[in-house]
Amino acid sequence: MIALAPLVSVQDLVKHFPAGRALWGLGRPRPAVRAVSHVSFDIAPGQTLGLVGESGCGKTTLGRTILRLIEPDAGRVIVDGADVFALKPPELRALRRRMQVVFQDPYGSLNPRMSVRQTLAEPLVIHRLANGTEREQRIFALLDEVGLDRRLAGSYPHELSGGQRQRVGIARALSVEPKFLVLDEAVSALDVSVQAQVLNLLADLQQRRRLTYLFIAHDLAVVRQIADHVTVMYLGKIVELAPAAELYRGPRHPYTTSLLSAVPVPDPNAQRQRLVLAGDVPSPAHPPSGCAFHPRCPHPKKNERCRTEEPALREIAPGQLAACHFAEEPMQ
Amino acid sequence: MTELLLRVRDLRTYFVTEQGRGTARAVDGVSFDLHAGETLGIVGESGCGKTVTSLSLLRLIPEPPGHILPGSFIELEGRNLLTLAPKALRAIRGNEMAMIFQEPMTSLNPVFTVGDQIAEAAIVHQGLSRRAARARAIEMLKLVGLPDPETRVDHYPHQLSGGMRQRVMIAMALVCGPKVLIADEPTTALDVTIQAQILELLNRLQDELGMAVILITHDLGIVAGTVDRVLVMYAGQVVESAPTPELFARPLHPYTEGLLASVPRLDTPHPRRRLHSIPGQVPAATAWPAGCRFHPRCPYAWDRCTVEEPPLLDAGKGEPASHVVRCWLLAEPARRTRQP
Repeated sequence: MIALAPLVSVQDLVKHFPAGRALWGLGRPRPAVRAVSHVSFDIAPGQTLGLVGESGCGKTTLGRTILRLIEPDAGRVIVDGADVFALKPPELRALRRRMQVVFQDPYGSLNPRMSVRQTLAEPLVIHRLANGTEREQRIFALLDEVGLDRRLAGSYPHELSGGQRQRVGIARALSVEPKFLVLDEAVSALDVSVQAQVLNLLADLQQRRRLTYLFIAHDLAVVRQIADHVTVMYLGKIVELAPAAELYRGPRHPYTTSLLSAVPVPDPNAQRQRLVLAGDVPSPAHPPSGCAFHPRCPHPKKNERCRTEEPALREIAPGQLAACHFAEEPMQ
Repeated sequence: MTELLLRVRDLRTYFVTEQGRGTARAVDGVSFDLHAGETLGIVGESGCGKTVTSLSLLRLIPEPPGHILPGSFIELEGRNLLTLAPKALRAIRGNEMAMIFQEPMTSLNPVFTVGDQIAEAAIVHQGLSRRAARARAIEMLKLVGLPDPETRVDHYPHQLSGGMRQRVMIAMALVCGPKVLIADEPTTALDVTIQAQILELLNRLQDELGMAVILITHDLGIVAGTVDRVLVMYAGQVVESAPTPELFARPLHPYTEGLLASVPRLDTPHPRRRLHSIPGQVPAATAWPAGCRFHPRCPYAWDRCTVEEPPLLDAGKGEPASHVVRCWLLAEPARRTRQP
């Protein structure tokens, strides 16, 4: 197999949010929130990278920084050959045609005063892609493609169901014919039967349009359904990155193992030994020393080294990276 | 069979909608029994009536626009909650029957300490002194596994994480030792590792305290792991009810079947190539379809389903009425073939 050049390449990306100073700005500076720390990965064209982690792990910030909706502190992102952070505003605007985003809350991300037709027409107008009857034709084609009835073109967001709104969000992202889509919890708010519809739609669109996805989610079962590779984040860092089949069959990091074990399985006979992690995710402003996961880590070999020395993200097996001192002896 | 605690018969809760768009029949003829120590799961998607059912049990439906129709019947140990005087009802709410809600942040009062909020029910219902109620609050925080309860008792909700807030909500609900605990999506807003903690906590508390639990959730995985019996709701009605192992082994209603097939799973060797999905969406409560309410989305529906509403039919396995299904396929099983 010939390795394709990645469509998206993230290199050593850093984003810290300054937390200001204590005492109304006069005191000592508070520690910055390290939302994304030295994150690197590639996504090959036409592939899906699943990005999972719990609230506050930095996955949303990462997605937005890649699109330069948030300015980074350090690092480089290449999308379709363009260096995203080096571009000047007009070039960035042109690149935005090639990378789009679909958000979790389709109600919050659609303008309530714009009909479906106006919502879908706006990007076509801004990027000067189509006019008049051609624009109308493209809007109808988009509605067909995402499985929405053409009669809904005149509807407003409040008249649509959650699933329909999410389809509008997807149609809007597709209207400018992007190559790369960031799907930020795009199916998380949907009911399970509708979630299945939208997941199937995303899979069809990817095939038909050869799209590349960064699929951000907290649900490992949903990610398994769509991702070719999976990366797991904890407190702003990647703790594991592997081909999906490998990660689900044999996770190397104890955090991945715990996450997988915590997902409820719809089978009353499944006699699983559930691994219940103690405690909460620590604050990203005060990450623990050494391995940030050590206070909650259930690995039986956990020792002093975990408390003092931060494990590097390293290759454990071909293509499978993990940041754990004991990745060679994973938990069962 | 253990003692019958709660008997619900033909519960109908309707809402008059604004601008005269008609009546939303949110809960439309729901019946079930709850026995002491039992865990009952109510599952279904948004808009199927599961939350309105649980609010109706405690008579927390705002009236107007809502009302529980005459002919409905909710009986807790022989007392009909629908005819009870307000004062007698207050003595039950939060005392014998308590509830935990989905959003711990919005259901806790931000200007009172968690200790005061837990103590309130003990003072009101059990006449405890302030000092005794505070001691009880600390004891409850210990019971629900909150670290450092003597300090946490004086904290405000914003000082706690989401998982801790949900533990406080559980402590509040359990402070009077209720016989029935209603948990409405208690883990939906939580991360999966915290969800596992809370589910384990609820399991442990139920074993220790012996209360009956009604767990309302959209997550079939949670149901499979925690409840004894499942009610599947669709369009304001119970469409299937069975003991948990039976329901997962033999789902008979096409909606249950479809829901189970739509769930992405981790316990299969490979992901499914394509998820099954139920076409369309849950209809509006103001206009339930005629005949069987699921027929517009059902892969098996035939003409009878479009005109004649099916009753709950006995699936005829185990005890009578232990597995019931609202579907004509039970009367005409030969029609259970996939439509082309």
